[in-house]
Amino acid sequence: MERKQPILELQHISKSFAGTRALDDVSLEVRPGEILCLLGDNGAGKSTLIKVMSGYHEPSSGSIRLEGEEIAFASPREARQRGIATVHQDVGSIPLMSVGRNFFLGAEPTKGVGPFRWFNEAKANEIALEQIARFGITRISDGNQLVGTMSGGERQVLAIGRAMYFGAKVLILDEPTSALGVKEASVVLRFMRQARAEGVAIVFITHNARHAMAVGDAFAVLIHGKVAARFSRGEKTREEVLNLMAGGEQMSELEEDLENIH
Amino acid sequence: MTSLLRRPELGAFAAFILTYIFFAIVTQGAGFVSVNGTAGWLNLAAELGIVAIPVGMLMISGEFDLSIGSTVGAASMVVAIATSFYGMPIWPAIGLALLIGALIGLANGMAVVRTNLPSFIVTLATNFIVIGATMGFSRLIANVTSSSIVSSDTAHAVFAARWGQANISILWWLGAAIVGGWVLSKTTFGNWVYATGGNMQAARGAGVPVERVKIILFIATGVAAAFVGVLQGVQWNSGNSTYGQGYVFQAPIVVVIGGVLLGGGYGSVAGIFLGTALFGVISTGIFYTGWNTDWIQLFLGALLALAVLANNYVRRFALTARR
Repeated sequence: MERKQPILELQHISKSFAGTRALDDVSLEVRPGEILCLLGDNGAGKSTLIKVMSGYHEPSSGSIRLEGEEIAFASPREARQRGIATVHQDVGSIPLMSVGRNFFLGAEPTKGVGPFRWFNEAKANEIALEQIARFGITRISDGNQLVGTMSGGERQVLAIGRAMYFGAKVLILDEPTSALGVKEASVVLRFMRQARAEGVAIVFITHNARHAMAVGDAFAVLIHGKVAARFSRGEKTREEVLNLMAGGEQMSELEEDLENIH
Repeated sequence: MTSLLRRPELGAFAAFILTYIFFAIVTQGAGFVSVNGTAGWLNLAAELGIVAIPVGMLMISGEFDLSIGSTVGAASMVVAIATSFYGMPIWPAIGLALLIGALIGLANGMAVVRTNLPSFIVTLATNFIVIGATMGFSRLIANVTSSSIVSSDTAHAVFAARWGQANISILWWLGAAIVGGWVLSKTTFGNWVYATGGNMQAARGAGVPVERVKIILFIATGVAAAFVGVLQGVQWNSGNSTYGQGYVFQAPIVVVIGGVLLGGGYGSVAGIFLGTALFGVISTGIFYTGWNTDWIQLFLGALLALAVLANNYVRRFALTARR
């Protein structure tokens, strides 16, 4: 299969906080229509890496290229404007507000002129419903419905669909499935496949190897701020991946035990 | 029907109807439901209502303003001292009073946004600072803490006109409700108010200028409080530093009775309006029963407790998944 040019490239990125090295010489790239899974245990540096990619942190050294051009984001807002959208685990939706109002928060469509401009709620609701329906959420039929009445998976889809609607080319999904039940997680994973088919580049951050293997094209395992391994789909078994994540120790059995508990 | 049940003002609406019917029956023949009786409770509700609407919007955004009480008194004293001591014409004096209200609001907003301290305590401090400063400066300048106001016909027509028993403040209250209701439910800014109170981090993440939203609302409460100070001053032809102290807690009480969640993020101007009307009905209704007015406090307290419980329930109901 022909691979496209990378849309977002990290080259030799390091990041230190007060002498502590959170990221150490990390090089990664993600291509349009591909899902890059970023695996790692808590404290491996995943959050720092997300923050560097989404413009919250400036790297201490190394460079970032977007569509081949070297850039330095001044702010998360700038990264977002350049098409890099981050959706966090807690989604950042507002439960006591409607689907339409959440979807367009901060970018509300308006009617009228000057000081008599008002929020075009009908249009907001219509587009929001259309967008989530496109990704298989058809249970929601009223744009005025409060987001708090939606399931966790539906909220993830709403947040990611929102990012895509506003032109995201790179989606950084921070643990989008980890707070979800099995069925809900599969809704989100299916959605990610569809977003990939539409040509979006996805960085999927997770510590769940099963979810990563289900959708990933490329994989990178992060340990103590370093890329410990990189491989492509089909090159490693789940057990090997788990062992990598645990730093080569035989963690797979423990992980299986843990998964059997719940 | 279910969408009606999910509206934040439902509880206040039901409570208003029930309370009104209760007093109408208990006070039968005493004139509570007469034109004059109605004007009575509307008058009482109106001035509180003008402050309660921006206070409620501020509470929806997740912040309190307890300094409104002193701002009412301060504005009335500004007008009094400016007109009677310095001989300033009334309109510029009113402009000055409103400007001071705006500045108090701005100071509150900046302090809350910059320090991230709870606005409850910040504005409680402001409440003391403002009334203290009003009294101190009034004494320093004119050696009084209350003073007469030199008004004009136009000012009187705008702030103190009466039709029978009904004050013009009722119209101002309606106006405030229409503007506030439109802003909150129909504009982008209104969307930001809900978002700021509902989840500040998420709102900020979506590009909502949450700090600016809060500061604007603080300024609105300051201006509204100063406006009421002007209204009362012109009506009674005098300024007094202690005007408005009752509003410090009455305003948040009627806001909560009106269905606004204490933590922010949910509520409506219609609810705040009904909560204030309910307050007017109770406070005035008690007079018509001939009972001791001490009972008003008990009534209000019970209603507040009930409202907080009911709001919690409404919120949960609003969040139950529809299937």
